[in-house]
Amino acid sequence: MARIDLDHIRHSYLPNPQKETDFALKEVHHTFQDGGAYALLGPSGCGKTTLLNIISGLLHPSHGKLLFNGHDVTKLSTQERNIAQVFQFPVIYDTMTVYDNLAFPLRNRGVPEGDVDRKVRETLDMIGLADWAKRKARGLTADQKQKISLGRGLVRSDVNAILFDEPLTVIDPHMKWVLRSQLKQLHRRFGYTMVYVTHDQTEALTFADQVVVMYDGGIVQIGTPAELFERPKHTFVGYFIGSPGMNVLPVEVEGKTAKFGSLAIVLPGAPEKTGGSMELGIRPEYVRLGRVGIGVSISKVEDVGRHKVVRAKLEGREIAAIVGEDEEIPAEPKLRFEPAGINVYADSWRVEMRA
Amino acid sequence: MEKTWNNKAWFLVLPVLVLVAFSAVIPLMTVVNYSVQDTFGNNQFFWAGTEWFEELLGSSRFWQAMGRNLVFSAIILAIEVPLGILIALNMPKKGWGVPVCLVLMALPLLIPWNVVGTIWQVFGRSDIGLFGYYLNKLGFNYNYVQDPLDAWFTVIIMDVWHWTSLVVLLCYAGLVSIPDAFYQAAKIDGASRWAVFRYIQLPKMQRVLLIAVLLRFMDSFMIYTEPFVVTGGGPGNSTTFLSIDLVKMALGQFDLGPAAAMSLVYFLIILLLSWVFYTVMTNYDAER
Repeated sequence: MARIDLDHIRHSYLPNPQKETDFALKEVHHTFQDGGAYALLGPSGCGKTTLLNIISGLLHPSHGKLLFNGHDVTKLSTQERNIAQVFQFPVIYDTMTVYDNLAFPLRNRGVPEGDVDRKVRETLDMIGLADWAKRKARGLTADQKQKISLGRGLVRSDVNAILFDEPLTVIDPHMKWVLRSQLKQLHRRFGYTMVYVTHDQTEALTFADQVVVMYDGGIVQIGTPAELFERPKHTFVGYFIGSPGMNVLPVEVEGKTAKFGSLAIVLPGAPEKTGGSMELGIRPEYVRLGRVGIGVSISKVEDVGRHKVVRAKLEGREIAAIVGEDEEIPAEPKLRFEPAGINVYADSWRVEMRA
Repeated sequence: MEKTWNNKAWFLVLPVLVLVAFSAVIPLMTVVNYSVQDTFGNNQFFWAGTEWFEELLGSSRFWQAMGRNLVFSAIILAIEVPLGILIALNMPKKGWGVPVCLVLMALPLLIPWNVVGTIWQVFGRSDIGLFGYYLNKLGFNYNYVQDPLDAWFTVIIMDVWHWTSLVVLLCYAGLVSIPDAFYQAAKIDGASRWAVFRYIQLPKMQRVLLIAVLLRFMDSFMIYTEPFVVTGGGPGNSTTFLSIDLVKMALGQFDLGPAAAMSLVYFLIILLLSWVFYTVMTNYDAER
């Protein structure tokens, strides 16, 4: 297990990057703690797989250094870095048995057959495939195959980190839950450093202690699921996390009030920075619908089971609110923003407010 | 589920039946007709029964041609399959090299068979052919017209030149279908180059390789044009393969009965071998 330091890492697929936009991965300077569970979350093409491949050594960054436990591994090959990686599509060696699949990485490293046998049996127990050892890997289901991919990483006791590249994409929904909780268990029991790439917020938020949100080649926020939810640093994080995402309204700020069209919204404090394009962000969970506040017209109500999502028009802009399953929607509905849920953004980045 | 019985549906298959009848069944039946009769011209036929078949199966000429054909197929398979895999493995996977290689590989396949024969017939001549002339210059006593070994050498080299590309293209198609993740996982697992070939590339190519072997075997077992143009089956009978022998018998000697019997036996052999390959392939699919 290892602590992973990303020291001012940047990467471009072009031979001679000049501008900021030439970089598929903008500067990343961050530490993944030993034994931590991290998720890299972001839409397709945001650079999360690039970052993962830089850690695993399948890619070498064009700038910056990578350290495992303080040792510079930037120039080392994947093999020398001793990491495990699970890919989007299960990679198994079809012609081998399950047992031989797991033994493969050990045998390649010349481990004595006695140790191979012991380690493989341990790993088979860990991933719950002990009864399948003698079967050909070819006939297994997608989730079993994915477990084998994982097992080939776990079988090497000395791996520095286990990396996951959207590993649950091809797995059936009900198995996703099972696999995810098994991963969590493995993490708790053995304390592997795990980095998990996904574009699915549920996966990221349930798997990781720390979620790294990426957008357009850069990291926009690193935080616990609660931090990402309550205090999104960037409007993108607000949109991307949550269902539906955060309401973002263009406003003009004067002291402790934000003017939205003809409305004046009282802020919990005065923003430390104004100017540029100012926005007010509030999650639908903090928008209250009732008999007091600003009058709105409701365009749609989506009943999603646990609660209702109300789409309304406020000053010509779409706004979403979440209403409890049993709550009634009044005939003349009025909106109110809960102060605790209000965030203010200047040029898309969050600004603190003084009380 | 209830099945609907409707005999009118037969009319839908009728066109195909008629077509197959004209293109395959009727010609085949005329061959059957010839194979059990004797004729001396004038459209006079005499019943011969199984005489031609017995004669054929007892003749050393037939078995020798068959033997030569099997040896030929075995040799070209033994060369073309490994060579094809080797070339496919070394072809570029992306960049400008891909179209260049593909076109180069496809070229021999596009040349008509008798032209291939003519090319090698001239190419191998020891007086004016580039290949034959320089082989002799280098001290090899090479003359495919007189020496049976040289004739075999020429016919085999010609076939390898003509058809290895087919194996290459099929293998290449199999190779490019392997996702990058497999190679990346192999790197992470510390696999050697040989292990990557043995456990990733070869299994993924297995299916196309089977098709390549089947096609090359059937083609080489029926080979006619190229050796006919180059050696005419000679010197002596040394490169007389089954089809060349068949044509000699039917059109050279005009022994229609024996030739018809031989065609049928030949046809049955091909049919049997195709069936064996088909079974092997479908079993393999079912196992997956």
